[in-house]
Amino acid sequence: MHIVPFVVVVWILAVGLYGIVTSRHLVHLIMCLIVVQSSTYVLLLGVGYKTGAVAPYFYDIPVHTPAVDPVVQALALTDVVVEGAVTALLLALAIQAQKRFGTLDPHELVQLKG
Amino acid sequence: MTPGQRRWIFLAAMAGLAAFYLWGLRGLPGFGNYPGPYGDIINSIAVAQTKATGVVSAVNFEYRGFDTVGEEFILFVAATGMAVVLRRLRGERERNPDDPTADWAVPPASDAVRLVALIFTGPVVVMGWFLASHAQTSPSGGFQGGVVLATAFFLIYLSGQTLLFRRVSPVDLTEAVEALGAGGFAAIGVSAVAMGLPYLKNYLPLGSTPGAVSSSGTIALISFFVGLEVAAAFILIVGEMVDQTLLVRQGDR
Amino acid sequence: MTSAHVLAVVTPYTIPAGLMNVLQVTLLLLVAAGATAVVLIRDPVRQVIMLSMYGVLLAVLFLAFQAPDVTLSELTVGAVALPMLLLLALAKVRRRGK
Repeated sequence: MHIVPFVVVVWILAVGLYGIVTSRHLVHLIMCLIVVQSSTYVLLLGVGYKTGAVAPYFYDIPVHTPAVDPVVQALALTDVVVEGAVTALLLALAIQAQKRFGTLDPHELVQLKG
Repeated sequence: MTPGQRRWIFLAAMAGLAAFYLWGLRGLPGFGNYPGPYGDIINSIAVAQTKATGVVSAVNFEYRGFDTVGEEFILFVAATGMAVVLRRLRGERERNPDDPTADWAVPPASDAVRLVALIFTGPVVVMGWFLASHAQTSPSGGFQGGVVLATAFFLIYLSGQTLLFRRVSPVDLTEAVEALGAGGFAAIGVSAVAMGLPYLKNYLPLGSTPGAVSSSGTIALISFFVGLEVAAAFILIVGEMVDQTLLVRQGDR
Repeated sequence: MTSAHVLAVVTPYTIPAGLMNVLQVTLLLLVAAGATAVVLIRDPVRQVIMLSMYGVLLAVLFLAFQAPDVTLSELTVGAVALPMLLLLALAKVRRRGK
């Protein structure tokens, strides 16, 4: 159990990078990038997790109840939302690339640039 | 380099990286054995210090507030950048009369989709507003609330009411709200400086009951501004995309 | 990591450690499978649907990691906003590609 979350983190990263390297379509590539990014969320929350602890919300439970790390959650939370906007920017660039060069294949785009 | 060669070079490099990464992660204390101390310290002092029972919001809008300003402006810049990139494209297309996609008919949304979207629009607005304005109490905050609020507008679009979607979220108004959200956050920080306090210092009265809606001073206020900013940014992004795919294509000029 | 930990305070949200373990491992394996599926599906439209499901899986995993706030953002961004943006972008580029 100790190692399973971290193996999964590495697997998500590896499989996402594989997708990026072998991608033949810019939109597919962007989705692989989203997968790569999600590995960091799993890593952050996995690092902050404490067995038997509750979520760090003390509205109706005593303040000294063992709770998981709120700092990593704050990091992951903001990044998930910012990721959405950054993906939109990437998609806009992909649309522009297709407009300019008539293709969405990264390999062809590289060749066009010469 | 052929794709085949590329793949083999990648697989070799990735095997090395994965082994190295795993080896590094093995050095961590192990899943479930969080060693602290930061999280534990914040968990034990945050409620007394900020009167917010949602410690994650307290971290986001108070302890690392400066960092969150940066995050929020990444969002702001990304949304603006996307609009700039696509607007230029729109200008080019409008000059192009022989658009091969001009006659592409947009299929209407099915009745089931329309019904579900319409039923959920109201509750989603309420939920988004609740989340954005209750950062200090529960697992909520401006970031989640903003996206949920924007989702209500997407539901209007999904129910087939593209023009209504554009009417309830005119670009000028959305941009103004986005600027208000981003500027409001920064202005709260600067107003503390104007009073001779550190930037983003929580100077409002904290209230006495932890977790009450009126508690936690600037945390609730900043969260609300973040909610405005995030909602407007997402509506702007999707609105721009919708314009690109539907309105421009239908050849409205 | 089974039942070595005994909590001082039991809250209404406490889940037995053994059950939590099973839940987390199951969800982690599902997320790993989901990520693989997203990458290996080469048709972008089908991939978007899979990405949406992957977003839901991640959201549930974060819930099991005791991070309900991250769940909320992942659910709205990963399962709703991103797939919608991607589908709109695909509608745009597909038409033009032909």
